[in-house]
Amino acid sequence: MLKVKNLHASVGDKEILRGINLEVHAGEVHAIMGPNGSGKSTLASVLAGNEKFTVTEGEVEFMGQNLLDLSIENRARMGLFLGFQYPVEIPGVTMANFMKMAVNEQRKFRGEEPLTAGEFLRMMREKSAVVELDSKLTSRAVNEGFSGGEKKKNEIFQMAMLDPKLAVLDETDSGLDIDALRVVATGVTKLHTPENATVVITHYQRLLDYIVPDFVHVLYHGRIIYSGDKSLALKLEKEGYDWLINEYDK
Amino acid sequence: MAEKEIIDTIEGEYKYGFTTDIETETIARGLNEDVIRLISAKKEEPEWMLERRLKAFRHWQQMPLPEWAHLNIPEIDFQDIIYYAAPKQVKKLGSMDEVDPELKRTFDKLGIPLEEQMALAGVAVDAVMDSVSVKTTFRETLAEKGIIFCSISEAIREYPELIQKYLGTVVPYTDNYYAALNAAVFSDGSFCYIPKGVRCPMELSTYFRINAENTGQFERTLLVADEGAYVSYLEGCTAPRRDENQLHAAVVEIIVERDAEVKYSTVQNWYPGDKEGKGGIYNFVTKRGLCREGARLSWTQVETGSAITWKYPSCVLLGDNSVGEFYSVAMTNNYQQADTGTKMIHIGRNTRSRIVSKGISAGKSQNAYRGLVRVAKGAENARNYSQCDSLLIGDKCGAHTFPVIDTRNSSAVVEHEATTSKISEEQLMYCRQRGLSTEDAVGLIVNGYAREVLAKLPMEFAVEAQKLLAINLEGSVG
Repeated sequence: MLKVKNLHASVGDKEILRGINLEVHAGEVHAIMGPNGSGKSTLASVLAGNEKFTVTEGEVEFMGQNLLDLSIENRARMGLFLGFQYPVEIPGVTMANFMKMAVNEQRKFRGEEPLTAGEFLRMMREKSAVVELDSKLTSRAVNEGFSGGEKKKNEIFQMAMLDPKLAVLDETDSGLDIDALRVVATGVTKLHTPENATVVITHYQRLLDYIVPDFVHVLYHGRIIYSGDKSLALKLEKEGYDWLINEYDK
Repeated sequence: MAEKEIIDTIEGEYKYGFTTDIETETIARGLNEDVIRLISAKKEEPEWMLERRLKAFRHWQQMPLPEWAHLNIPEIDFQDIIYYAAPKQVKKLGSMDEVDPELKRTFDKLGIPLEEQMALAGVAVDAVMDSVSVKTTFRETLAEKGIIFCSISEAIREYPELIQKYLGTVVPYTDNYYAALNAAVFSDGSFCYIPKGVRCPMELSTYFRINAENTGQFERTLLVADEGAYVSYLEGCTAPRRDENQLHAAVVEIIVERDAEVKYSTVQNWYPGDKEGKGGIYNFVTKRGLCREGARLSWTQVETGSAITWKYPSCVLLGDNSVGEFYSVAMTNNYQQADTGTKMIHIGRNTRSRIVSKGISAGKSQNAYRGLVRVAKGAENARNYSQCDSLLIGDKCGAHTFPVIDTRNSSAVVEHEATTSKISEEQLMYCRQRGLSTEDAVGLIVNGYAREVLAKLPMEFAVEAQKLLAINLEGSVG
């Protein structure tokens, strides 16, 4: 589904990604961990097409297409979803209106008819239940006045609405209390199927108690320096990154 | 088109004296008392009307050109303008295929129904919609209630007592330069009278949609809501309007009698000039309403057109407990300039006013809010709330706010809030990551920003106005 080969990216003259290699197949869950400033969020942004970053080298294939040639919106329409670390507010635009546009853009891209108002409302109700999102929030403006927890739930709600092939969740667990974490993580798990894949970026093992990864990668200094299975996350939780970094720096 | 070209086009080869031909009736360019006498005669006006025009003209000649606005206005030669041209019989087009494709594209984007598209574009509509009978039905419905709704020229002839009682009482010819000019040379406009206790049974907008006629360069509107009456009136049209006349100086006067209510909405989408700032309409408008005891006047405007806009719809809250409101979205793009806002003059006791102004500047445009809130000495317990927001798109445009508060009564409560924001890269990224194109994202964000004002428009226009904002911003980002 996703093949990243020797990906380099920079912001200004500063190189942040220095040769990422990563392969994600349908049905898999990958966790990306690593110390602050290692390039985790940059990787998510570059995959989504954020124009702040320049790809200087490497290739990315998504669903058999050259991802780097596609616009931000076409990546999204093809089924790439980014759960933002800091979801932005859009004053005056209701969630319902925003999602209706997003869902119908995707349908148009696939050559499908737009949903009727009734179909859409039913879908909203169904999907907001996945993350126990208060249905009143959908009539409020996008993220405006949402609490930290509500914002993150709202990201997963949007993921449920758009049913992506590949979801990249950028620190979806940050700033959540234990209950909200459980709701968000359970939501992500519910959405997981053999046909789709999830990449979760996180600092903490606790998220991985709910979302059990098939692979755990450690990102450091713009490269994946170590990959393992879910036990790696537990080890990192106990021992930190130093043992890996020391080895790598040698 | 450059100003010179426009004038040449209108004038054709008739350069001397008064001329008449079959298609159009125009008089020589320039302004003097003879011209005014001629305008008045052409309109078969009574003597008293001519006297009013002449008085205004003599006053206008003494007035200096106003230069206080935050506008860069090219010099206007008032002697180089033709002040009277009878409406031309525009040749009806045979079908929609003959309509300018660009205009058609805009109609489609606005989602205007085909029948209305044809009416607006000047296609003969008889086959599709019997516009004459629709018009008659409206007239009959209004007449049953005693509502008068006609052209101002007709009103001057048919209802001289109402005109003499109200015309020029809210905006006297001495008010300002362009109001004086308008009072001297106004070509035509609308008159509307709602009798005591009558609630106008329809949005007067509906009427306009089907009768989108060219009202001319110096439009004059007089609207009177008698005691306890109600009317919602919409001026303008979301469809783009081109006009050969570069200078427009309209006057709108509204009288809201005791306990009456008037909602006046405007959608202004005149030709703004091209991307390099050439051409476009100069729009100098004076709009003011007078509120008696317990009356309520609400102005809502969506201003997207014209090269230069100079416009301050105002409320004189004369009666106790009267209410004035001003909701505005003013959008400028490319080289457009707008200096717009409102005046709320609190004179009566317990008067309230509310101002919500949303400026949107893109391209190399300049957008200014100018507002005055005045609380007179006797205006006990007056209240005002003002909110002036500016949204900037790109880094070459300007937004300016000039609020003036002048309170002479210590019991007054006046609040003013102002914000300036930009469409952020993060907002665009967020929308695009959900599958929206940049253009749709900008449209969505701008509409969200303007929502509070758009919600005040009559339903069918609110939807079109939303699309209008998006269309006028095309190509301004990315």
